[in-house]
Amino acid sequence: MTDTVSDRIKNTVTSNDIVLYMKGTPTFPQCGFSSTVVQIFDYLGAKYASVNVLDDPEVRQGIKDYNNWPTVPQIFVKGEFVGGCDIMREMFETGELKTLLAEKGISTA
Amino acid sequence: MAMQADDIIQMIKAALPDAQVELIDLAGDGDHYKAVITSPSFAGLSRIAQHQAVYGALKGKMGGELHALALETKAE
Repeated sequence: MTDTVSDRIKNTVTSNDIVLYMKGTPTFPQCGFSSTVVQIFDYLGAKYASVNVLDDPEVRQGIKDYNNWPTVPQIFVKGEFVGGCDIMREMFETGELKTLLAEKGISTA
Repeated sequence: MAMQADDIIQMIKAALPDAQVELIDLAGDGDHYKAVITSPSFAGLSRIAQHQAVYGALKGKMGGELHALALETKAE
């Protein structure tokens, strides 16, 4: 078994309900788009894991290839890629994000 | 390296000829844009697929030369 970056990503996103691949950490986001996504999930009161892509160049590139998506942040719910910052913001504003989390059995505040 | 607004619009229209593209320079620095793109070809596609179509049109510039492009996509 080779431990490729895509295996590592798959393992991370399937072993956590919500994963944010972001620049920086939830306490110290280093990009406005990452910060927005953190604020959305904090507001919803949903627990999430986060991965700081700035700590690992392999993951920073790997996550872009994994989803054919060229930017960070990237958000996964139950192993499924649900979008970047713009899509999270739209889904948050329309209430779809809360509905999605409820459908997936993820508790929010 | 920043990209010119006209270049961004042209690349999107080259790949999505039926698209209407509105580009807003968010910071006035030629590096942080928002694009509102309306294209009948988006009908029936998920938001993820719509955004991927736009990223595809930009042929790898997104995340490189083009740092920030907020997207809003609509079928009509």
